Amino acid sequence: MIYTELGLPLAFAALMGVAILAYVVLDGYDLGVGMLMPAASPEQQNRMVNSIGPFWDANETWLVLGVGILLVAFPAAHGVILQALYLPVAAMLVGLMLRGVAFEFRMKALGWHRELWNWLFWFGSFLASFAQGVMLGRYITGFAPGVGYYLFALTVGAALCGGYVLMGATWLIARTEGELQKKSLAWARWGLLWVGLGVALVSLATPMVSETVRAKWFNFPATLWLMLLPAATFAAGVRLWILTGRNPLDKNHEWRPFFCAVAIFVLAFMGLAYSIFPWVVIDRIGIWEASRPEALRVMLVGALLVLPLILAYNVLVYRIFRGKAREHLYD
Amino acid sequence: MDGSDILLLARAQFGLNVAFHILFPSLTIGLAWFLVYFRAQYARTGAAEWLDVYKVWTKVFALSFAMGVVSGITMSFQFGTNWPGFMLKVGNIAGPLLAYEVLTAFFLEASFLGVMLFGMSRVPPWLHMASTCIVAVGTTLSAFWILALNSWMQTPAGHVAAPDGALIAGSWLGVIWNPSFPYRMSHMLLASGLTASFVLAGLSAWRLLKAPGDGAATRSLRTALVVAAVLAPLQAFVGDLHGLNTLEHQPAKIAALEAIWTTEKGVPLTLVGIPNEKTNSTDYAIKLPKLGSLVLAHDADAEIQGLDRFPDHPPVAPVFFAFRAMVGVGMLMIAMAWFSLFIVYKTKAFPRFLLWGLAGFTFSGWIATLSGWLVTEIGRQPWLVYGILRTADATGNAVTGAQLGASLTGYLLTYALMFLAYLVVLTHLAGKGSQ
Repeated sequence: MIYTELGLPLAFAALMGVAILAYVVLDGYDLGVGMLMPAASPEQQNRMVNSIGPFWDANETWLVLGVGILLVAFPAAHGVILQALYLPVAAMLVGLMLRGVAFEFRMKALGWHRELWNWLFWFGSFLASFAQGVMLGRYITGFAPGVGYYLFALTVGAALCGGYVLMGATWLIARTEGELQKKSLAWARWGLLWVGLGVALVSLATPMVSETVRAKWFNFPATLWLMLLPAATFAAGVRLWILTGRNPLDKNHEWRPFFCAVAIFVLAFMGLAYSIFPWVVIDRIGIWEASRPEALRVMLVGALLVLPLILAYNVLVYRIFRGKAREHLYD
Repeated sequence: MDGSDILLLARAQFGLNVAFHILFPSLTIGLAWFLVYFRAQYARTGAAEWLDVYKVWTKVFALSFAMGVVSGITMSFQFGTNWPGFMLKVGNIAGPLLAYEVLTAFFLEASFLGVMLFGMSRVPPWLHMASTCIVAVGTTLSAFWILALNSWMQTPAGHVAAPDGALIAGSWLGVIWNPSFPYRMSHMLLASGLTASFVLAGLSAWRLLKAPGDGAATRSLRTALVVAAVLAPLQAFVGDLHGLNTLEHQPAKIAALEAIWTTEKGVPLTLVGIPNEKTNSTDYAIKLPKLGSLVLAHDADAEIQGLDRFPDHPPVAPVFFAFRAMVGVGMLMIAMAWFSLFIVYKTKAFPRFLLWGLAGFTFSGWIATLSGWLVTEIGRQPWLVYGILRTADATGNAVTGAQLGASLTGYLLTYALMFLAYLVVLTHLAGKGSQ
């Protein structure tokens, strides 16, 4: 009984968290690369797009999995969240569509058509990232009405763009060389500043919005342990700042900025998850208001069998396409 | 704005999205298997032309796949935004089917597509061949789960009601292998094979018009024609079986699509006409006596239930016309495939009039598939899940008409732009071939 009533929803909340985190990190870097396009030369743009070409399809699948779990495991919350976020979701989808097809179109187009798709690739990446930030901003305030809350959501939107730019730039540091890599080091620092702002804002705002969250954060002595999270985030940020200041970067350290950026995202996500748990919609819908155990069990079996396989072949694909991105993608 | 307007907008938006989405899977499921064949031919013969065919069509595949992915992601969100009532009532059944689609198929396709597209020089040939196969298996598996859900919505089976009124699966085998599933699945896979054959044939013909004798286009055209000639008549046969199945499980749909107003024995077959729901008759009808019963029940004197038996029947005119469009285009496709083979056999060449004809038939599969989809989905109305949940009861109340209108406009513009660009790139790719 305890296993089905408490354990199953918990397992799905965890799975959903993993899927969303995987999405934010993975699609985060390719959206970030998309937003950096206007700052690069045409030759660099080709290398940038080629560095994410083999991966973006699979990266976006994590979004489908995340929203899929929300849909199938927490249908009541799914309806509330997606209807409350209706317009930013629609904007995000339009953005994802434009950039998704722009991958293909820009590769095949010539002349001003190519310019148009390059622009749409940038615009779509930006629109999707910004909309996701707005969704996050609205979500953590519990969809509270009022101009102030909307302004807050817009700020989080801008901050998430910065976060994705950071992911994209650190990805490019690892996957490119020469002038483009140098540029990426500078881009990463700009992104990092925005991330600092965003993380600080969200950390301040979340306890202010909800009594529940406040009680959790200011509950001594647990709070002292909790302070490890911001401390570690700060440490990762400082490390990243120092790394991106080294020019040229040591050949063996090229992946380090990326992993620092991932660490920042993971830590921020953990803080957020701690704040919100056990709610799916803060103070309104808990994770125990899940689907029926019969349906959950069927899906859990599938997920546990298949997810290791998905991980395995994703690792395989990343191994196949390791190394520096070249200008021409098709062999 | 009242509830009925919201329902209309929600339906318009979802319908637009699904109609747009279905174009791409219906092409890629079939095309993926063609690519397996092309890749295998290259591995077997080592001929550069087969590699050219493979490369050109992987590009078309990648493009179409991307269009399918992005419109599919949109759909996964619209389930919640447009039809929250659907998930509350049948989420315990629809949810796992959708989840299995993502877990077993979507990740597989998306991951190995990268290897297939960009990995030829990076992986050993066997792994590249395997990736091509995995992508094909993935697309078909995807269709399996989606059609299982769609068929269940048409002919629900295997479920029981939980105490709170929501449905849960009593038997998953019963849910998946519901009465219409085997027919719908075969019908859709054949439709996809045909759509891909005619796109292949049409664009290869286009290439041959520009570059007569092109080795790659000759090979793809020949392959496509043979496959089309086999699949097109087979589809007519499977479609007939599907019809018998529908007559048994959804007689109201059959009554609407044949515009049979009153229940009688030995009903005539209405070839064309304009169904009029005000007078409960078909204006300007051309009818063939007894043929309706013969076609529908394979017995000239069989009694067919008319619309008078079903107070809850779907709107007659749309399904009547869509059905005629589907069957009409399907017949033309059979004729075109066999005529082409005959000409090629006789002349041992591809005469230009034939190439022009085939180019004209490029998107015939899309027209037939879309019409068929309209028949089956509108034919299920007013139900969303047949006999269980009405479409009107599945809309939400938190999204306003203004929001729906604004997003509908955004989707429309985006789709129009994407579709235009898709067609431009497709003809461009086809025209320049493997150069």
